[in-house]
Amino acid sequence: MSRSIGDIWAYLAASPLLSLTLTLVAYQLATALYERAGRPALLNPVLVSVVAIVAVLTVTGTRYETYFDGAQFVHFLLGPATVALAIPLYRQFDRVRRSAVAIAASLLAGSLTAIASVIVLGLAMRVDAVSLVSLAPKSATAPVAMGISEKLGGLPSLTAVFVITTGILGSVFGPFLLDLAGVRDPAARGLGLGTASHGIGTARALQESEAAGAFSGLAMGLNALATAILLPIVWHLVFG
Amino acid sequence: MLNAITAIFLCQLAGEAISAATGLPLPGPVIGMALLFAILAIRGSVPSSLARVGNGLLAHLSLLFVPAGAGIMLHLSRLEGEVLPLGIVLIASTLATILVTGWTMSRFSPGQRVAEQDNAGEPRR
Repeated sequence: MSRSIGDIWAYLAASPLLSLTLTLVAYQLATALYERAGRPALLNPVLVSVVAIVAVLTVTGTRYETYFDGAQFVHFLLGPATVALAIPLYRQFDRVRRSAVAIAASLLAGSLTAIASVIVLGLAMRVDAVSLVSLAPKSATAPVAMGISEKLGGLPSLTAVFVITTGILGSVFGPFLLDLAGVRDPAARGLGLGTASHGIGTARALQESEAAGAFSGLAMGLNALATAILLPIVWHLVFG
Repeated sequence: MLNAITAIFLCQLAGEAISAATGLPLPGPVIGMALLFAILAIRGSVPSSLARVGNGLLAHLSLLFVPAGAGIMLHLSRLEGEVLPLGIVLIASTLATILVTGWTMSRFSPGQRVAEQDNAGEPRR
């Protein structure tokens, strides 16, 4: 006859369908909540869905690895989506070319700020050494940040957490901060979001405009390169 | 549509191969983005099927970060003791980076100067 609820749960939990459905439902509910509430920054859909999913996994005693086995099919699309950022970049390329020098200067300033502020504040707040190295590349996109962290003696999986937290923080507070500072140019807003908050910032920038999204995607790629080159140099200058 | 998906996958695959072969400090998808950009620049336009697929992927870019984001649960216990200092460093550094980058760009970019000239032509505030 019919199986027990526990059996059905175990059966469903073994297939990707449950994790994928959970991810999509959580994200859509979070998006609906965000829209309903008038788009308050703190109800950022990524933040709310992550909190909801962690809560569901914790309550049901499901391991993250089990969840990710299924959810990896959504995760996989990050690669192709990153490639697709070439499309807005191509469409906005006239603007990019006209401001090449400004982009290079802003990116360099931003990348150095990201690195220096972590080292200075981290030392001031007495952050433990392993956490500090794992924190330092946080503004670079995850695979690059994890590689740098590993080379300098950090924990790559901890770096991944910091990278994503940085992305969420930037997309929650960044647009508000840029408003406060009177930065209205979509190119400048996109560059700021992408340099500090990589892909998650770019997702936020794309919601503002295609121009902001294009500059943000460009900044994400350039800052991955800049962080990979600059951070090891700065690190050795400071810590020998 | 299938050809557009294939083109995107091929760019990513070539990017992954280049990244692995050269040891460049860039992930495969970022190199793939540069490759697709180069192809579009040579071609001189975005094929409509590629535009559709690209829009579909980018329309829900935020969603794609959710599975990795939930990975924070693996580190909650390690972070417990240091939540306050780490949180302060993360927030301050992220916001400083956005502000410095955005502000620098807004000072130098031609777009902003045009906007300011436009403003200058308006009646005094």
